Amino acid sequence: MAFESNVDIDHPVHDVRVEAMKNFEMKGFPNKKLEAWKYTSLNSLQKVDFSIFPKEVNALEYKDVKKYFLHEMDTYKIVFVDGIYSSFLSETTHDGVDICLMSSALTKPMYKPVIDVYFNKVASNDESLTTLNTAFSREGAYIYIPKNKMPKKPVEIVHFATGNEASLMLQPRNLIVVEENAELQIIERHQSLTSNEVLTNCVTEIYAATNAIVDYYKVQNDTASSSLIDNTYINQKNKSVVKVHTFAFGGKLTRNNLNFYQNGEYIDSTMKGVTILGEKQHVDHHTLVHHIEPNCESHQDYKGIYGENSTGVFNGKIIVDKVAQKTNAFQQNNNILISDKATINTKPQLEIFADDVKCSHGCTIGQLDEEALFYLQSRGIPKKEARALLMYAFANNVLESVRIPELKTRINKLIAKKLGVSLGFDL
Amino acid sequence: MLKIDNLHAGVEGNEILNGINLEVKAGEVHAIMGPNGSGKSTLAAVIAGKEEFEVTEGTVVLNGEDLEESAPEERAHKGIFLSFQYPVEIPGVTVTNFMKTAINESRKAKGLEDMPANQMLKLIREKSELLDINRKFLSRSLNEGFSGGEKKRNEIFQMAMLEPKLAILDETDSGLDIDALRIVANGVNKLKSKDNAVIIITHYQRLLEYIVPDYVHVLHEGKIVKSGSKELAFELEEKGYDWIKNEAVV
Repeated sequence: MAFESNVDIDHPVHDVRVEAMKNFEMKGFPNKKLEAWKYTSLNSLQKVDFSIFPKEVNALEYKDVKKYFLHEMDTYKIVFVDGIYSSFLSETTHDGVDICLMSSALTKPMYKPVIDVYFNKVASNDESLTTLNTAFSREGAYIYIPKNKMPKKPVEIVHFATGNEASLMLQPRNLIVVEENAELQIIERHQSLTSNEVLTNCVTEIYAATNAIVDYYKVQNDTASSSLIDNTYINQKNKSVVKVHTFAFGGKLTRNNLNFYQNGEYIDSTMKGVTILGEKQHVDHHTLVHHIEPNCESHQDYKGIYGENSTGVFNGKIIVDKVAQKTNAFQQNNNILISDKATINTKPQLEIFADDVKCSHGCTIGQLDEEALFYLQSRGIPKKEARALLMYAFANNVLESVRIPELKTRINKLIAKKLGVSLGFDL
Repeated sequence: MLKIDNLHAGVEGNEILNGINLEVKAGEVHAIMGPNGSGKSTLAAVIAGKEEFEVTEGTVVLNGEDLEESAPEERAHKGIFLSFQYPVEIPGVTVTNFMKTAINESRKAKGLEDMPANQMLKLIREKSELLDINRKFLSRSLNEGFSGGEKKRNEIFQMAMLEPKLAILDETDSGLDIDALRIVANGVNKLKSKDNAVIIITHYQRLLEYIVPDYVHVLHEGKIVKSGSKELAFELEEKGYDWIKNEAVV
C-alpha cells in the first residue's frame, strides 16, 4: 500500500487512501463508452504490465539532465527520478515558505493542520484515475506559501524516468497552497530519458486564497513512449488570479484534465495552451470551469497545430451556477491541420443557469491562410519558412501571458524547433 | 526588363487575363488602369507568382528569363516586389524581424552570408527615415492593428529595404489620405532610378499626379485595350471608363 510505509495507520490520509482504493476498484479505468473519454482510449496502455514501484534508485548527473531545467535562471527544484525524490538534483526551502516534499508533509506533525484542511479536498473522488493516484501515490511536491509571501524564484517540479524498469507507472501527487496575497510561479515537466514505456498519472491540487496569484506552466515535451494523464484541481477564493499554461509538444498520449472551481467573487481563471504535434501523438485537453459565485471571469485560449498522424481533442466545459450572475466566460480553440491524416475533435460544453452572464466560445479548424503564405513568399521567404513563421504567429498570442521571460524564450525556441526551421531572427 | 507576351491566366477554368502584352524597360513607370474586375490585381498577382492562378498561355519574362517555373520567393529573389492591396497581419513578428528574415533569405538564395546586424540596423534607419516612419512602429507586430495608411507606408518601406528591380504597386493609393499619399509617392520617387522600373496599378488618376507615369495602359476584360502617355490618365479621370469599353467593342 502506497503511503503505508510513511503514514501510520491512524493518520487521516490512511482512510482517504482506503476509500480511494474502493472507489477505483468500483469504477476501474475509464473507457471509451464514457462521454468524457470518447476520443481517448487507454486500452493500449492497460495492456502494458507496468511496475508501480521501481526496485532500485537510479542516480542522475545534473550535467546529463541540465537541459530539461530552466537553467538560464535560478529556480527552486523538486526533482524525482523514477518517482523517488532526488535530493541531489533538488533545491528545496523552508525559508519563510515551504517548498518541499509530499512525503515529509504527510509525516511531520507541523504540516498536519494544512494536510487536514487541504489534502484530497478539491480532487475529485469520482474520477477513477484521480482515486487511483490517491490510493497509490507516495511522493510529490508540497508547496505552502503563507500570507503575503512570494518565493524568491520560480519552482520547477521535474519528474525523470530513467528506464530502470521495462515499463513504469508513476503516480505523483502535488499539493500547493497559496495563502492570502501570496504569489507563486511553477513550472512542471515530466521527462523520460529512454524509450522504455512510462505512464504518469499525476494529481495536483492547488488552493489560491483571497488575492493570491498563481502561474502554473506545464511543459509537455516527452518521448514517443511516454504517456501522461494530468489531473489538476484548482480551488480559488475571492480576487485570486490563477493562470495555467499547457505546452503540449510531445508524448505518446497526453490527457490534461484541468478543473477550476471558483469559490469566491472577482476571481480570474485563465487557461492557455499551445499544442504542436506530429507522428502518432495524441493530446486531449479537457477543461472545466465551474463558476459558483457572481462577478468572476474565466479565459480559455487553446491553439493547436497538428501534423502527420497526430490527433487532438479539446473539450471545454463551462458551468455557470444560477447565483453566479455577471460571469464573464470566454473560450477559444483554434486549430490548424497541416496533414491530411491529422485530426482534431473540438467541443465546447456550456451549462449556464444564470441569466446575466457573458459567455463566448469559438472553435476553428483550418489550414494555413494561402494569402498570408503568398505575402511572405513574395517577400523572398521560402514556403517552408513562411509556413513556420505563420504557425509561429498563430501560436504566439498564447505566449504573451507567460510572465517568466526566460521560459517564454525557451518555449519560443521549442516552437521554432517543433516547426522544423530556424527562423532568421532571435526569438 | 519585363516582357509579357500573350498572357492568359485564370482560376479553375475561368479565364481572367485574356492575352496581355506588355513591355516595361528599366527606368520606366507604367500605370495600369481599368474598371473593377478588369483583371488588374490578377495581373499583379500572376507576375508575382501567386499559385492560385493558372497560366494557360503566354509568357512572363524578366531580364530574359522565363518565370513560369519560379515560385513567388524565387521571383522576389530575382527582383520582383508586389505591394499588396491588402497587406496581411502577422502577429508576434515585428516589422524589424520580418525584414531581417526577408533580407537574409534573399541573401541566402544568392549564396551570401546574413547581413551583419549593425549594417541591417543602419539600413533600417535610413529607409525608415525616407518614409517618415518612427522607431516604435518598427517594433510592432507586422501590420497588426495598423491603419490603412500605415499598412501602405509599411509596404513601401519593405520595398525600400528589398530594393527590387521591378516594383508593382497594387492599389497602393486606396485608403490613403492626402498626406500619406504624398509620403508614399515621395518614397517611391526617391527609390526610382534608371535601373529599376515601377508598375502602378490603380483605379484612379490621383496617385499619378505624384508618381508620373511614362505610359498608361487601360485594362478591360483581361486585355490591354488602350495605351498612351500620361494624358490618357487625365482623360480617363474626366470621361470614366465607358468610352474605352465602347471603343473596345467597336
